[in-house]
Amino acid sequence: MDPRSSGLDVSSSHLDGDLPTRTAAAVKAGNLASRLSKAAGRAGGIIGGRVTLALDPNALGQLSRDRTIALVTGTNGKTTTTMMLAKAMSVIAPVATNHTGANMPDGLVAALSTDQTAPVGVLEIDENYLPKIADAVQPAVIVLLNLSRDQMDRVGEVRHTERNLRTAISRLRDTTVVANCDDVLVTSAAIDADRVIWVSAGGNWRGDSTSCPRCGMRVHGGATDWYCDCGFARPTPSWSVVDGKLTSPNGESFELNLRLPGSANEADATLALAASTHLGVPLRPALERIRTITGVGGRYTTLTRNERVVRLLLAKNPAGWAETLPLLDKSPGHPVIIAINGREADGRDKSWLWDVPFERLRGRTVIATGERSADLAVRLTYADVAHTHIPDPYQAIDSMPPGGIELVANYTAFRDLKTGLSNGS
Amino acid sequence: MVRDSVVRIGLVMPDVLGTYGDSGNATVLRKRLEWRGYKAEVVDLAVGETVPNSLDFYLLGGGEDRAQTLAVAHLTANPGMQEAAGRGAVVLAICAGLQILGHDFTGTDGVTHRGLSLLDVRTTPGTGARAVGELLTTPDPALLQASMTGFENHQGHTQVGPGARPLSKVVYGTGNGDGADGAYAGRVVATYMHGPVLARNPEFADLLLSWAVGEPLAPLDIPVIETLRDERRRAVQAMAARRKRLLKF
Repeated sequence: MDPRSSGLDVSSSHLDGDLPTRTAAAVKAGNLASRLSKAAGRAGGIIGGRVTLALDPNALGQLSRDRTIALVTGTNGKTTTTMMLAKAMSVIAPVATNHTGANMPDGLVAALSTDQTAPVGVLEIDENYLPKIADAVQPAVIVLLNLSRDQMDRVGEVRHTERNLRTAISRLRDTTVVANCDDVLVTSAAIDADRVIWVSAGGNWRGDSTSCPRCGMRVHGGATDWYCDCGFARPTPSWSVVDGKLTSPNGESFELNLRLPGSANEADATLALAASTHLGVPLRPALERIRTITGVGGRYTTLTRNERVVRLLLAKNPAGWAETLPLLDKSPGHPVIIAINGREADGRDKSWLWDVPFERLRGRTVIATGERSADLAVRLTYADVAHTHIPDPYQAIDSMPPGGIELVANYTAFRDLKTGLSNGS
Repeated sequence: MVRDSVVRIGLVMPDVLGTYGDSGNATVLRKRLEWRGYKAEVVDLAVGETVPNSLDFYLLGGGEDRAQTLAVAHLTANPGMQEAAGRGAVVLAICAGLQILGHDFTGTDGVTHRGLSLLDVRTTPGTGARAVGELLTTPDPALLQASMTGFENHQGHTQVGPGARPLSKVVYGTGNGDGADGAYAGRVVATYMHGPVLARNPEFADLLLSWAVGEPLAPLDIPVIETLRDERRRAVQAMAARRKRLLKF
């Protein structure tokens, strides 16, 4: 495929003044609500989006009109890939993006309302909202990263999500899907699309790739050669990444050299580059921009508390853990603190801890912390991982000698610790 | 059973009936045996593979509708588990696993599928909202003394017939939908509890293990399991209290 086939016309005038009266009024009201909320010391963005949507349910479609929209979805890596793709697209045009991870309709409206003139929108979207959002915005590109079990008490089974994505994607016209063909469920969701750019992006979690999403039977082979006897099989990728080395459809091959660690970030970068190339951005400058990223929403950030140098990592489901375990600093005496909460946004069912091979932490100094640390401590006990159980995360940090600490947390635990440690708690 | 022999635990089709952590039940059984000096082995019985009838334990986890029909077809064609159950092997089935052990089950699409008839139960879709949340029960005193705790996530309403007995009475949550949870007949036991259920209920794990090894087992002292059980019980009490307050309005 010609990588420039859908190159942007960045010279065209945009939006401001183009919105229908109702949408324009709704956006104004939303922006006002957002400013008031910010003045009151709150985050602001989401409330603005909510107000706008309440006044004009079609606001998202109107705000997307005449813009090039790329949607990024999947179970893990949405925020990172969105940031990478936004950076890459910024080589050729101003970009509106929901970089804070507010990935439901109100968050998208907020992002597009705040920046109404940017000709490009790069939007992270919750995978379960994708069908509705894709219908409304008719995106140029959907980047489909990976699909795995996550918060089933809240969102149901991942195979159900896959079928909804599949239906939504097959309805779209003029949308190119950039999809990870090493992920069986992603491939099933994307393969009926009009146009697909397949990317071999790998993945350390195979737990949801064992049975065929099309016929239910067993899937044979590994990430790069899987197939089912029913005929459903891995498509041939045009992009790939192996051990940090990217290969483009032109056969160009070079090291990604990201400042973010691990293979998950390399996968995300490759998918972002496949998307940006399709949208007309030259590869090298796009990669240069992606390389400037050093942290995503506090992930991988190092924060200091009482001479403890804490590196914060986010892992909220088995697939996330499969990517995180290999990243942990293995130097002796480098403790690992694991913080697990079970609030609404985390999912209250903690059964998934049993799908994580915590056995690999044997021999290390491990502390179980967080509001659901008892669930974790039981899991670690059965994994034969010696550990200490200290429910309060700050006490857990202070219980360690001064020096480096790896702190892996799930969603709300991560969010609270990021804020708490940044504010000197 | 002599301690030199290996207790073999089959995970039945973990690729389709292992949606969320239920394979942890196998980990719990294996470790509780090893900690007491028994040898144990977990065998994955994947879709498409023959199911041996020689194992001591068979575990079935949760899964979605289509996984259930696939599992029934596979286990009907490869009846090793049913043969083993006939000679006294232990079968533990969770959620979707419970449903396929029955005579039949009706999916949310209204289609009724034949089950394996290992347990005298029948499942139809419940009329209310999906049952999602903590489940706390009082077990049949003929089996267990301590309360049972788990997490349920299902739409099914299960009726237990005269050939089986309910496993426990619901204190909080939904379970089978008629005030009971699960069912058992001989050494075939089923529940709606994820969690995994054996991690949260060590007395239950040891009961099943004592059946498999043929002798009673001394309890293991693992205080953090009691911490977890207390915490979950308190969480249920807090939710029940909140619900009561809401009802008053």
